[in-house]
Amino acid sequence: MLEVSGLDAAYGRARILFDVSFEAHAGQVAVLLGRNGAGKSTTLKCIIGLVRPRSGEIRFDGRPIQHLQPYQIARLGVGYVPEDRRIFTDLTVMENLEIGRQPPREGAPRWTPAKLFELFPNLGRMQDRLGARMSGGEQQMLTIARTLMGNPRAILLDEPSEGLAPVIVEQMARTIRELKAQGLTVLLCEQNLHFARLVADRAYVIEKGQLRRSGTLDEVREEYQQV
Amino acid sequence: MGSVPFFFMSASSILIQFLNGLASASSLFLVAAGLSLIFGVTRIVNFAHGSLFMLGMYLAVALAPMLGFWWSVPLAALAVAAFGALVEATLLRRLYAAPELLQLLATFALVLVIKDFTLWAWGPEDLLGPRAPGMDGAVRIAGLRYPEYDLFLIGFGPLVLGALWFLLRRTRWGTLVRAATQDREMAGALGVNQRWLFTSVFALGALLAGLGGAVQIPREPATLFIDLQIISDAFVVVVVGGLGSIPGAFLAALLIAEIKSFCIGLGYSKITLVVEFIVMAVVLVIRPWGLLGRMPAQSRGPGTVELPLAFPTRKALAALGGMAMMLALVPLLSAGYTLVLLTDILVFALFAVSLHFIMGPGGLHSFGHAAYFGLGAYGAGLLLLKGGLPMELALALAPLLAVCGALVFGWFCVRLSGVYLAMLTLAFAQITWSVMFQWDAFTGGSNGLIGIWPSSWLSSKTAYYYLTLATCVGAIALLWRVLHAPFGYALRAGRDSPLRADAIGIDVRAQQWAAFVFAGLFAGLAGALFAFSKGSISPEALAVPRSVDGLVMVLLGGIQTLTGPVWGAALLTWLQDAVSRGIDYWRAVMGAIVLVLVLVFPQGVTGFLRERFAR
Repeated sequence: MLEVSGLDAAYGRARILFDVSFEAHAGQVAVLLGRNGAGKSTTLKCIIGLVRPRSGEIRFDGRPIQHLQPYQIARLGVGYVPEDRRIFTDLTVMENLEIGRQPPREGAPRWTPAKLFELFPNLGRMQDRLGARMSGGEQQMLTIARTLMGNPRAILLDEPSEGLAPVIVEQMARTIRELKAQGLTVLLCEQNLHFARLVADRAYVIEKGQLRRSGTLDEVREEYQQV
Repeated sequence: MGSVPFFFMSASSILIQFLNGLASASSLFLVAAGLSLIFGVTRIVNFAHGSLFMLGMYLAVALAPMLGFWWSVPLAALAVAAFGALVEATLLRRLYAAPELLQLLATFALVLVIKDFTLWAWGPEDLLGPRAPGMDGAVRIAGLRYPEYDLFLIGFGPLVLGALWFLLRRTRWGTLVRAATQDREMAGALGVNQRWLFTSVFALGALLAGLGGAVQIPREPATLFIDLQIISDAFVVVVVGGLGSIPGAFLAALLIAEIKSFCIGLGYSKITLVVEFIVMAVVLVIRPWGLLGRMPAQSRGPGTVELPLAFPTRKALAALGGMAMMLALVPLLSAGYTLVLLTDILVFALFAVSLHFIMGPGGLHSFGHAAYFGLGAYGAGLLLLKGGLPMELALALAPLLAVCGALVFGWFCVRLSGVYLAMLTLAFAQITWSVMFQWDAFTGGSNGLIGIWPSSWLSSKTAYYYLTLATCVGAIALLWRVLHAPFGYALRAGRDSPLRADAIGIDVRAQQWAAFVFAGLFAGLAGALFAFSKGSISPEALAVPRSVDGLVMVLLGGIQTLTGPVWGAALLTWLQDAVSRGIDYWRAVMGAIVLVLVLVFPQGVTGFLRERFAR
């Protein structure tokens, strides 16, 4: 579904990624495990087109996408949920959802605000609230809901558990399993092993911009704990 | 009309002045709203917005005889919108990732191109517009006659405000615009095609400017001066109201238009600018981001990092010294026109170096540096002619007038940064120009002052050349020396990281203010030398094109080089001398040069050559 091969990326002279290759299979949850600064976020930004890779190839559904603009990639059905949430704080919950809205897509679950409020009941109770007036957990829910409004076939989640209370983290894991059950492909960046265990089908350990190991979560756990 | 103290105005004439203010506010609001809208989404301050207003006026005047007034207004606005979309798609789109200064310069260049286009298409005469059919009469209000059309305008502004509110708050397009205003990158990652959004926003902004111009034609003639007048008014409105805030623009347009209206009504039309200026000053001191504005968010991504300014090598210093010596030998070989041209080049080299002093190492992008040049020139003329001082004393004291200007204007300017600063410097320069242009009794108005000749011992071209050479070379050396003194280091520290500079005990604002005044002093000195070399001065000495000249010189030479501005000044002065006399539309050529520079050599010509040959 989503294949990354030989990805190299840099910010100016600082190289971030070295020959990174991995794959997220359709309908599964793949996890990129790594510490702060390992290159996880940059990998996701390369996939959605916010960072231009120096070399390498990214294929979505067999089609190379590394030369496309972010909006074109999003319109192919790739949803991106950034680490720092980046919700539109001047806009209400409903307006934030409106920004993410795209036409229904074949082969992907079709989301409406009503369906999203079933998944995130909290949001349903604050439809006219400004993004600036929401708690961190509520913002995290909104940023996922906003991306789902684009009816994506694959979703990139950058550390969704970061900074959330334990109860909300559990809820987040349930949400991700629910998305998988609906047939979505999920690529998740995480440094929280506990959270990753709750959802991962396959895991990749990334360190200092290089891929160290891949396998099931149990297979890579020791490697990750050493880095 | 003589001046009448406020408390002697009758209640009815107060009401009429109030209504006049409301009517003028509408058009001003349209322009400022467009400017704000475009800035909000694209982060570009469109210096050419006043020019779009002017185009709207001329187009409406031209279309009215064929289509009638009521059709000509919307069609002129639509034509300006289409032109705006074209400009965005062909030019501005390439500059969204460019440094702010280049974006400002590019729109600045458009001002020149559009002005010459208008001159070419409609000629230099003012064009009177038609009256509005069906609204050409007057109604009686409180016993006084009041034009019906002005009543229409009073309603039109709020109507547009309402329409904009609806568009931005109740449509998908408006929601997208508001989202992109906050975080355009994220909006893109969610599937929003920014290209279309940006083009449509620019077209809407242009439409508002064109409409603002078109609805004015029954009230005032279309003139070639209106572009800069409107843009500086719009800048004041936007700075007062808060950049990016449409309701702020409305409020500020009302405030500024009412102030103007009452100043005119009371017979003090000449102090309008001063009052406007004081209002702006008060607002900026109390609320630096305007009445309804918010502090601009830090832009995402790493900022541009300037390379350190290297101290010239011994060889380079020797070469520069050698050049000065050679310049000193020129009069032995030639005494004619070469000396006049070289005198000009030296004067403008000093002007450009003083501008570079605050722009490059200071990071203060001044779009109105000619104000200080002009103040120096007028200072020299006024001290000589009105003050009766000897020429030597007038030349020495004239730069102090520029210093006074820089002290006052700079105090406000260093409180702002980036585009706010650029807008404010231009507004101040325009205000200074208006004062010189309008104050017939003292400055000679549009004719300027004549008979500003040097003392007899300096009256030969050779003698004056030596005076200029010694003064300019000395002043330039001093400016360069200061850049490599602790003062210059602290200045660059404040540019590169205001927070860190502040933390190590540098008062960044005071430092920048001092630099601004110091640069003003030398621009003034250049102006004074210029006045005595020509024997006369006119308001052109401090008009906007002169500020553009300075910017082009610095840009030609490369903004982050030391000697670049001198080469830029030499090249441009020579070019202007050689080419301008043969070309009618010199401004458009200048504009085109700027556009090419911005698009092709964003790091300046010397910077380009250095990069090219350093490899």
